[in-house]
Amino acid sequence: MAIEVRIPTILRTFTGGAKSVEGSGDTLDELIADLDSRHAGLRERLVDDSGLRRFVNIYLNDEDVRFLGGLTATVKDGDTVTVLPAVAGGMA
Amino acid sequence: MRYDSLLDAVGGTPLVGLPHLSPGPGQRLWAKLEDRNPTGSVKDRAALWMVRAAERDGLLSPGCTILEPTSGNTGISLAMICRLRGYKLICVMPENTSAERTQLLQMYGASIVYSPAAGGSNEAVRVAKRLAAENPRWVMLYQYGNEANARAHYESTGPEILADLPEITHFVAGLGTTGTLMGTGRYLREQVPGVQIVAAEPRYGELVYGLRNMDEGFVPELYDDTVLTSRFSVSAADALRRTRELVSCEGIFAGISAGCVVHAGLALAAKAQAAGERADIAVLIADAGWKYLSTGAYSGTLAEAEARLEGELWA
Repeated sequence: MAIEVRIPTILRTFTGGAKSVEGSGDTLDELIADLDSRHAGLRERLVDDSGLRRFVNIYLNDEDVRFLGGLTATVKDGDTVTVLPAVAGGMA
Repeated sequence: MRYDSLLDAVGGTPLVGLPHLSPGPGQRLWAKLEDRNPTGSVKDRAALWMVRAAERDGLLSPGCTILEPTSGNTGISLAMICRLRGYKLICVMPENTSAERTQLLQMYGASIVYSPAAGGSNEAVRVAKRLAAENPRWVMLYQYGNEANARAHYESTGPEILADLPEITHFVAGLGTTGTLMGTGRYLREQVPGVQIVAAEPRYGELVYGLRNMDEGFVPELYDDTVLTSRFSVSAADALRRTRELVSCEGIFAGISAGCVVHAGLALAAKAQAAGERADIAVLIADAGWKYLSTGAYSGTLAEAEARLEGELWA
């Protein structure tokens, strides 16, 4: 099973510089735990006691997971997960 | 239509169907053309409402200086309004925004403070907040947190859309300050049970996200995610492709953020079609393409255009 997870520049220290890594799991939470088992410390940058960290955005097939159940969002083989920091609106 | 002066002509923009891009007669996209505003963008609404609110609150008098973090559209709107109302304007803007923006701002008489490209709008906001603290007599309207921004849409954009499209099922707009979605979204949700409020967010290149700690991110103070049904991230490649399709299929010359909202709108239409459901999807086209011509978005191959946008705040 392979789910592609795209990692922003700031977190590539955890992935040895890799822009994207692969993982598995049935939910986003499981996927993140799976990644953390190979890239120690990654989970802590993404998740805190209240769930997904405030300034972290995660997209499942380009949709913000906060509207898909957050950490309980279902993921499956072939999905793409993108992690990005929250930024101010562009051309405002 | 006749107005006493330019500021009276804010809003009242047309809603135009997209019969060629819409997948079928049961799922229709409708574009609200916000370039038909005095300075050519949806921001005229927010800027006018924010200035009026500040005047009502006694914060502004002729000769006052307004300071604002803005990559352009809000600055341009404010520059025009400040010119007409007698205020000075200072815009804090990332240095990697298109040339036309600088030209327009200076033409209206505004001053510009450039913030470093790396760090994008986050940095502009930080710099502006610092300048505001150092210059307490300056007024920072602060579009990212000013309720008058969202209220402009609650009081104008939302009612206009509902009047033109009472059968609306979805509203899609870009997510920047979040004012458009919060204000229009709140209004439509109050009036239309089951309406979906969908955000289309540009996904930038790595330079824009910079190397800052993830704890130093930024979520606009206006943002309330309970107003949204879903939020899509749209790549430059998809946004560019759709922006060009708007021209070639519908004759609409829109800015690149329009490509974002159309891409999300088409995804929603496809979903509805697959489910056999009717959809009348209003998509907000924030501005026209004039300010983006120098980015090369409309010429050459898509791959070339995408490469040119790398590192830019393109929407």
